[in-house]
Amino acid sequence: MLITSMTFVIALYIFMLAAFTGYVVISRVPSILHTPLMSGSNFIHGIVVVGALSVLISATTIPEQVIGFFGVLFGAGNVMGGYVVTDRMLAMFRPSTKKPAQKAQDGKA
Amino acid sequence: MNVIDYIIGLSGLLASGLFIYGLKGMSSPVTAVRGIVIAGWGMAFVVAVAFLQAFNVSDEVLPHLPVNLGLAVLALLLGGLWAGWKGKTVEMTAMPQMVALFNGMGGGSAAAISAVAMLRHTEVDALHLGVTMAGGLIGCISFTGSLIAWAKLDGRMRNPIRFSGQQIFNLVVFVGTVGLGLMAVMTQMQGSPDAGLFSLLFFAGALFFGLCMTVPIGGADMPVVISLYNAFTGLAVGLEGYVMADPALMIAGMVVGSAGTLLTVLMAKAMNRSIANVLFSNFGASSGAAAAGPQGQMKSVDPADAATTMRYDSSVIIIPGYGLAVAQAQQKLYELVKMLQAAGVDVKFAIHPVAGRMPGHMNVLLAEAGVPYDMIYDMDDINDSFKTTDVALVIGANDVVNPSARTDKSSPIYGMPILNADQAKQVFVIKRGQGTGYSGVQNPLFFLPNTAMVFGDAQAVLSKMVEALKALGTN
Repeated sequence: MLITSMTFVIALYIFMLAAFTGYVVISRVPSILHTPLMSGSNFIHGIVVVGALSVLISATTIPEQVIGFFGVLFGAGNVMGGYVVTDRMLAMFRPSTKKPAQKAQDGKA
Repeated sequence: MNVIDYIIGLSGLLASGLFIYGLKGMSSPVTAVRGIVIAGWGMAFVVAVAFLQAFNVSDEVLPHLPVNLGLAVLALLLGGLWAGWKGKTVEMTAMPQMVALFNGMGGGSAAAISAVAMLRHTEVDALHLGVTMAGGLIGCISFTGSLIAWAKLDGRMRNPIRFSGQQIFNLVVFVGTVGLGLMAVMTQMQGSPDAGLFSLLFFAGALFFGLCMTVPIGGADMPVVISLYNAFTGLAVGLEGYVMADPALMIAGMVVGSAGTLLTVLMAKAMNRSIANVLFSNFGASSGAAAAGPQGQMKSVDPADAATTMRYDSSVIIIPGYGLAVAQAQQKLYELVKMLQAAGVDVKFAIHPVAGRMPGHMNVLLAEAGVPYDMIYDMDDINDSFKTTDVALVIGANDVVNPSARTDKSSPIYGMPILNADQAKQVFVIKRGQGTGYSGVQNPLFFLPNTAMVFGDAQAVLSKMVEALKALGTN
């Protein structure tokens, strides 16, 4: 595929908007969720496995196949591991059951 | 563009939308589980659709297609099952190193994409090649750097490796690697066969630099480093997304890149360090010299007496540190808290941003023990409450309650935001011995007139406290 200078500029637009999106979404996350958030964002960059898959599927030589295999292997580990640990951690966060009155004042935390 | 290209492109669009929506869901504990599940569906969908590319390959690829598909399925299964199993079984205390490991794998995957792109010799555009190399460099650093971070946090590599002239050495390695990358790009553009060799050397150099950059950093700084490498991997994935002309990778990668950078800055700020300071100054190397702190007498108190005092007071704030998790005493602590609550005591938890081995780690450890998240308060929300609180109970924490950070300009931790435990009417500190914290700095809090030390292993001390309360009954 031919990447022209225009598509490069469009890529920069995408990068800029995505960067602001990440900033805005994360800046509102309370610090009690920072660890699951880090592993959650770790899971999301696991989408790299999709890139590795298309590299491997279109491989034509043995070196390409070997490197592509490890790319998919690592990417799959990133995705699966990131998802499982994030899900496990988030499932543990529970509100008080005994004292519902305390919840109201907790909205700000 | 044919139909399959459209389907793949639109699936990526859907997935990136779901990722952002899912991340947004994580901004509250109430919606967080739903958030990760939604993002998970997006991921499963886009990975499944990626296999449609098999219908779209050039004639040149066709003879290799069955092998490629077999390898792809095998790699997905092996990587997915191994990581899924590790993720299911890992202890919550070991979570930071696990996240580091998974993150490193992502960096390795991004580097692999870059390596194959260089191998193919099909691209000769300078800009495109430059982005490929930049993504490869960052991916490689994240890969080997995260592996070192994992080894350090997992206790497999105890001491930082430092030698004189290390920073110059690292700089030479970095400049050399970038130089090799430029050579690889130039030879590739000229169609010279040397490109392969330069690429190989470039990747070797980049992997080596990741090692060099991480080995001198002490274990205490690893949370910042993991967070930084998380952002690095995101950035590398975003750049490889450009290389592959896949906007889903660009968006997901860059969202994580910027979110991770923000998180890294917040974390470094909470430790009163700049990121450059974490990476390039060998903090802790000479802090043994700072041992000359306040002298005086520490008062010690029996666990049962401390428990009785708390039982008849009206408010207690608990400040847990990593020492609590090391002693595996979170469950016991929550048992004590429930007994105090039953006796009408107002109990809260105050968490310093860097408590535990990564930000928010202590919250996870408390959640695992069953502590409801609405009892847990951030530093900024609770710091003003200490003045009106009867008892501050510090368990396995040290530097984060050290008042020198406010007053003593010569202290290495001066300026670090701390929890104002010293302002409570009474302070109990459960501590193994009289040693100093991570920073090696003596803590004047322990010598204050309103402080009493409860020496002993957290698990043992808390058990004694629980027994003492049981003996008192529930009247």
